Amino acid sequence: MLEVNNLRLAFDDLVLADDISFRLDSGQTHVIIGPNGTGKSTLLKTLFGDLQPQQGEVRFEGELLNRKHLGEWRQRFGYMPQDIRLDVGLSVLEVVLLGQLDALSLKLGNRLLEAALEALDQIGLLHLANRDVRTLSGGQCQMVLFAQALMRQPKILMLDEPVSALDLHFQQVLLDHLDKNTKQHGWVSIMILHDLNLAAQYADNLLVLKEGKLVAQGAPKDILTPELVHEVYGVTAEVMMDSAGVPFVRTQRRGPHAPLT
Amino acid sequence: MINSTLVTDAVNAQRRSEKRRWFVISCLMLVLLLSFVFDIATGPSMLGIADVANALANMLGLPVEVSRTTQVIVTNLRLPIALMAVIVGGSLGVGGAEMQTLLNNPMASPYTLGMAAAAGFGAALMLYLGSLGMNAQIAVPIGAFVCCMLSASLLFGLAMMRHITSGQLILAGIALLFLFQSLLSLVQFVSSPELSQQILFWLFGSLTKATWSNVAITAGVTLVCVLVLMKDAWKLTALRLGEERAKSLGVNVTRLRLKTLIIVAIMTATATSFVGIIGFIGIVAPNIARMLVGEDQRYFLPLSFLVGAFLLSSASVLSKAIVPGSLFPIGIVTAIIGVPFFFWLIIGKKR
Repeated sequence: MLEVNNLRLAFDDLVLADDISFRLDSGQTHVIIGPNGTGKSTLLKTLFGDLQPQQGEVRFEGELLNRKHLGEWRQRFGYMPQDIRLDVGLSVLEVVLLGQLDALSLKLGNRLLEAALEALDQIGLLHLANRDVRTLSGGQCQMVLFAQALMRQPKILMLDEPVSALDLHFQQVLLDHLDKNTKQHGWVSIMILHDLNLAAQYADNLLVLKEGKLVAQGAPKDILTPELVHEVYGVTAEVMMDSAGVPFVRTQRRGPHAPLT
Repeated sequence: MINSTLVTDAVNAQRRSEKRRWFVISCLMLVLLLSFVFDIATGPSMLGIADVANALANMLGLPVEVSRTTQVIVTNLRLPIALMAVIVGGSLGVGGAEMQTLLNNPMASPYTLGMAAAAGFGAALMLYLGSLGMNAQIAVPIGAFVCCMLSASLLFGLAMMRHITSGQLILAGIALLFLFQSLLSLVQFVSSPELSQQILFWLFGSLTKATWSNVAITAGVTLVCVLVLMKDAWKLTALRLGEERAKSLGVNVTRLRLKTLIIVAIMTATATSFVGIIGFIGIVAPNIARMLVGEDQRYFLPLSFLVGAFLLSSASVLSKAIVPGSLFPIGIVTAIIGVPFFFWLIIGKKR
């Protein structure tokens, strides 16, 4: 369980997030949604120990995040940052292998190679293994980085907009794979998404951020309402239930004369 | 469920690509050996390749007949210079490779970040101050070393700060380059014409300052530094994915950056203080190595060394061959032959 108590993040006077508390259970996928610039990525960076909170604490299974033991803290994380550019003269296989950085030595054993290839196979990218990453498309890079994060065999997996460059097929591959592994291995998976429908489909627990505050948290079907969407995004939307009982958000088009704000 | 044929294929392809890279490294070793032997053979009195080979074999304790003169020329005159070319070229190549890795920029090198200019200023200042009463052979390298480390430590200070980006570090390095160049000009400006001439000659970069003792020092320092860098090969590879991602893979970026900067500074300062300023190799060698074997540091780092060593060694041959019997400063030759070659590489890179 990952626990955040009373977190306050600020650069000097600029408060990015305040009074944030939540508990994220293992074996569940937690999805963070919220408008642009509302502190979602900042929150992930803080959980990773990259930014120091002004106030509050982060614990994993009771152990406090301590900046003096950052290396050990980060051991248990798989973290896929938002940036998906890969401009480096390495093969796909080599990039995935870096996920197991601490296990790599000057001579590469077959065991690690096969583990990396298995990670690629699971998400359907085995055929790209020996390609130079500079020849990949943005979406392919994103999938390769996902494989790299999986390679770390994390306890906590954080994905910052992991499907931003993916087509429908790979969105599903990535999210299904994430869901399956999260439940199977008891990971705490935390993901930032912009697509509310994907969020509703895949989140066991939805966290809604607005202007650095946690405004709602819970199962999507319980909290995703037209009122919430309007409050957070300022957008009028209908929320329906699909045949599986998952909420489905459809925004309403504004009239041609509506002010562009 | 895992597709075992495809996995075997991919493993084999990876092994083949590793073999290919080993092959490239072996080829370069061979070419380097050739240019090394040519370097020893070339000079005011040209030696035959066979004589050089015999003299070298003789030094290694093999029972070979060599004329006394040839043996003396090889052992006392040519060999230290030829070795210095290999070691300094290699250390400049590795220094450039790691600067480029560290700063995520193919234009970075100890030269562009002001370290060489600082060494030049240090040497010039020492000459101006009359070597502080010491032997100039010792005082000038010390001055160069101290100033080079001083300028590097300004960079260390910046690199230690959190939230400093590699772009900002490069800018700071370039600012240092200009600062030390101006200071150097200042020293030249206030010096007498004779002294100014001496300074200028030091700045050209020349391998003729090589003696067995400074070859040994440079070799020892370079060897230790390269081994320490090789130990971090995978971390350095990870750093090229970007700082944020390297962190996400568990690299302590600040520490790695500082450690690597210090090692590169020591290597550069040592090399530069004995041979003067030799630009360009630090930039071009890693770029060639990258094109040949990619950026897996297990291959990229040794190959950067070999390419740098080969470039300087062959420049040394040329510098002696351009005007037979006289010695052309090698620092002039490296850029003149290197730049057209480099242009060709940049333009030909569209593959």
